[in-house]
Amino acid sequence: MTGYTSERVIVSGCEIEILKAGVGPALLFLHGAGGAHNWTPYMDRLAEHYSVYVPSHPGWGRSDTPKWLDGMGDLAYFYLEFLKTLDKERVHLVGNSLGGWLALEIGVRSTEQIKTLTLVSAAGIHVEGVPKGDIFLWDEEERIYNTFFDKNLAEARLAHKPSQEDADIALKNHFSTAKMAWHPRFYNPELQKWLHRITVPTLIIWGDSDKVFPPAYGRAMQKLIPGSKLIMLSECGHLPHQEKLDEFIAGVTAHTMGAAS
Amino acid sequence: MKFYFFHLMPYQDIDPNFLAHNKSSWINLPNKYYDPVKGAKLYHRYLDELELADTLGFDGVCVNEHHQTAYGMMPAPNVLAGALSRRLKNASIGVIGRALPIVANPLTIAEEFAMIDNLMEGRFIAGFVRGIGCEYHASMTNPGFSHERFREAHDLIVRAWAEPGPFEFYGKHYHFQYVNLWPRPYQSPRPPIWIPSQGSTETVEFAAHPDRKYTYIITFSPVASVRKNLKAYRDQCEVFGYDCPPDQLGWAMPAYVAETDEIARKEAGKHVESLFNKFIMSPAQYKLPPGYSSLGSYKAVMEGKYKVRENFLSCEALIENGMFLCGSATTVIEKLEEYQLEMGFGNIAPMLQFGTLPAELTEKNLRIFAEEVIPKVRHLGVSTKIAQPATAE
Repeated sequence: MTGYTSERVIVSGCEIEILKAGVGPALLFLHGAGGAHNWTPYMDRLAEHYSVYVPSHPGWGRSDTPKWLDGMGDLAYFYLEFLKTLDKERVHLVGNSLGGWLALEIGVRSTEQIKTLTLVSAAGIHVEGVPKGDIFLWDEEERIYNTFFDKNLAEARLAHKPSQEDADIALKNHFSTAKMAWHPRFYNPELQKWLHRITVPTLIIWGDSDKVFPPAYGRAMQKLIPGSKLIMLSECGHLPHQEKLDEFIAGVTAHTMGAAS
Repeated sequence: MKFYFFHLMPYQDIDPNFLAHNKSSWINLPNKYYDPVKGAKLYHRYLDELELADTLGFDGVCVNEHHQTAYGMMPAPNVLAGALSRRLKNASIGVIGRALPIVANPLTIAEEFAMIDNLMEGRFIAGFVRGIGCEYHASMTNPGFSHERFREAHDLIVRAWAEPGPFEFYGKHYHFQYVNLWPRPYQSPRPPIWIPSQGSTETVEFAAHPDRKYTYIITFSPVASVRKNLKAYRDQCEVFGYDCPPDQLGWAMPAYVAETDEIARKEAGKHVESLFNKFIMSPAQYKLPPGYSSLGSYKAVMEGKYKVRENFLSCEALIENGMFLCGSATTVIEKLEEYQLEMGFGNIAPMLQFGTLPAELTEKNLRIFAEEVIPKVRHLGVSTKIAQPATAE
């Protein structure tokens, strides 16, 4: 495992935790509903290629929950401020699920500090006639089984007993997710009118067996973002960066290196 | 003491095995289980029961609001209050309550309540609740804003009733250039307000505040928590510098009275068990959406209350823990005397129909309760003193 550091920074009056590792071009990873306060293999693999930043969003992990946090727009403006504090010209922005939605909210406001965008099973849009999964009505077991294609991965996750801190953070993350995404459920009706404003190179990675946001969401997103490419991974659920790590890393590196040349 | 017959109007004609194929009576229980022909008959039967309570001398009748469930057929309780308003001769109507946060425009509640208050010429009680967790799934209202929306909607409604219009109201969640209620409520400055609760500290502080002094009604709780919560409310009144009068406290519970304790248990047993083990049933994440309560109380409730609810609740257990008031008239009178003396409430809202309890037993229950229980305990709860024998009027 690569050595990583945990730092705390204050932006817009809110203190957050950022996990950092690696050298190379800056890559900012925006986590999904489940958060990212523990260092995990996909971060390690990204750190082989990039200077990786994994912040916990305001309201998640060990970051503060600011009073102003009412919706995704607040998080988007927070990260636009945060990007200014990074001593980097532009970043490769990667967002998974709710973090992908956040990347879209940031992107329609400004792509000035974004070099490339990678959306991994991203929330943010609605596809008529394609029901999403309901993570709020599923119990924990259903939620985990519906997250992975590979039942063994789900069972391993269920067998793992979280520490008290991890259990408390999981609950905090779930509360913040609800505040951001309860209604309209995991999307912003205004967003798809303006996704054409995202003109940086964009890659969309999706699992063909995603039960949270079915593959039709990936295909619809690809149509809404001009020039974007879609990689549909077979036998993969909602977390390609965990379930198909090699393919995820290959996709991201090819995308960002291609954009750099 | 005042007596309010509280009806939940369950869809009791449902296939008794519906939970074999569904994990919840709420939110996503398919509505194919609802037969409108049977449902229509139930509405009329239940309204007849509420009207009977009026003729039997109850002080009032109560209805409430729940959505997308077999538990209760009253997504719009004001419709039923409207139907009752031309029929009740003496009894008041309490709508206890409307779930304020889940509506887009709380002024519709202010308007409808004002209309009922006019129709009833003041015999109306307004109930305000946040709505249980399931309503947040059904209405898609963000549970993370539940408390804020409740307070803001409450302020808007109460101001709309009491202040001359038009005035403007700009809150965080509700925004109106012109608040100007037509009709104004019949009662001035407003109808009495009841706050049904299961005992949150925030609710106690809110309801007991000297600017409000709302009647605090504990629902669906074991007697130990009724005791604890009513005491918390009285203590809060003291903190605010006044003695809590009995009419500011109430208790709503399923109740059944019959000739003897044995008959009461035999007649009511399976029906009260259907309420607590079927009609009320939903998994914890249905009842407690994230953000509906604070992180701390969420954890406490998940570990406490819902762990208990996973077990089958028998009629015996429900009587034992005091969630179900059941027995002969003598037994029920004794319990009410004891509880009233100890807790100081001046209102009770017995649910004399519950679960699958059929029409004939509901009517029998209503009659025995009205004729044998009420006259014996009516004199209680008219004094402000707690834990001293109350004097008869």
